[in-house]
Amino acid sequence: MKRDDGRKVDEIRPMEIVAGVIKNADGSAMVRMGRTVAVAGVYGPREYLPKHKQRSDRGVLRCVYQMVPFSTDERVRPGPSRRSTEISLVTTHALQPAIFLEEFPKTVIDVFINIIQADAGTRTAGINAASVALADAGIPMRDLVASVASGKIGDHYVLDLAGKEEEATAADMPIACMPRTKKITLLQMDGDLPPQDIKGIIQLSLQGCEKIYALQVEALRKRWKL
Amino acid sequence: MNLQEEYMIGLAAKGTRLDKRGLADFRPVTIEKNPISKAEGSARVRMGNTEVIAGVKLDVGTPFPDKPDEGTLIVSAELSPIASPDFELGPPRENAIELSRVVDRGIRESGAIDAKKLCITPKEKVWTVFIDLQILNHDGNLIDACSLASIAALSYAVFPAYDGTRVDWFTKTTEKLPMTATPIAVTVHKIGRQPAYLLVDPTREEEDAATARLTVSTMDDGHVAALQKGEAEPFTLEEVEQAIQWSLAKGKELRALI
Repeated sequence: MKRDDGRKVDEIRPMEIVAGVIKNADGSAMVRMGRTVAVAGVYGPREYLPKHKQRSDRGVLRCVYQMVPFSTDERVRPGPSRRSTEISLVTTHALQPAIFLEEFPKTVIDVFINIIQADAGTRTAGINAASVALADAGIPMRDLVASVASGKIGDHYVLDLAGKEEEATAADMPIACMPRTKKITLLQMDGDLPPQDIKGIIQLSLQGCEKIYALQVEALRKRWKL
Repeated sequence: MNLQEEYMIGLAAKGTRLDKRGLADFRPVTIEKNPISKAEGSARVRMGNTEVIAGVKLDVGTPFPDKPDEGTLIVSAELSPIASPDFELGPPRENAIELSRVVDRGIRESGAIDAKKLCITPKEKVWTVFIDLQILNHDGNLIDACSLASIAALSYAVFPAYDGTRVDWFTKTTEKLPMTATPIAVTVHKIGRQPAYLLVDPTREEEDAATARLTVSTMDDGHVAALQKGEAEPFTLEEVEQAIQWSLAKGKELRALI
């Protein structure tokens, strides 16, 4: 099958990851997946205020996903929407299992994810960036989190949907995982698929995550000259 | 982990639960048809002590510019303080937003409503379908209860009279909504970490102990229409497959009640 941008069905978009792009932040990263660009900044662990929100046994992870108004063809209204609130929540849950939060009681780790250009797969690009930014901040982690959205077009399972593919696919399934253990930390899907296809698409995405993982590690090595 | 959680995990290891149910058993589920006569369609769902009402209202509005010939759907859920000591007054927070968006996607993306048939005049006038969810008592599993109530209310709904300029809500027609499928959401919860156990239809106590959940919406033809993982604990591929199997089986039982 021929894809609009000439990729094979099991190929991710050209991807660029740069760690340490925001000087003020404790950790940061930019991820470009094709024409989708996400920037993540991490602040913390820092004191969680107001105090009654603190957890005495662990730190709290707080992610905020937002799309910048000029990131899409039609301007995005600034401020939180129902969509961005939900994505912030699932992003938090996708990253949380990778972090040793129990090491940082009474603190909060803030992760801000800004999508500065959107061309499908923004939440997955955001998670990829956030995961590198957390590691860049020196926060102890079990693993990085890699994320990609895949689907099914015609009879083919298609990795890393881009642009118009989001409309052509029978289903859009974003996944995040911790690649070392293959544990799935984010799983969403909408569309119409027989159950056996779900397994196939998840497996394809897990393979895609391995490639993204390698790029994430490479970006961190480069940043810290390892 | 508190004692209660530890006890529940111990029970799960033996395949049972606090209320003696098996891990794959729902509490008794009932659906009351059209309890609200003012609404175009409504359904009251009881799952054990969980009780929700979904109300469908219809109005004529303008379509979205990217879909000029399709009607629109708006799902809102309110976790009103009447339903649980844990709910507070105020605008919807994360949990209420996730709840309404999961219900919304299960219906929207499955194409359960033939949105093109809701078009009156392309680019100008289309029917807007509002589904509002009122939680009356929260004893766990709101996603499944709200999804079931929503799809039931949609299937009971009829159009109000419309003369081309005005909607007359006092006069209901007999024309039903253009429904094409009945997606049913079943959420599989995970308790414990290692080992972990899967169960369906948790009570509030069980839900508080759960570490993660996966909502699977299935269709009449055995296809899957939507997935949504919630909370922070990861799932393995095997657990996802198990959840889909359970959801297919339970979905069939729930669909038969509508």
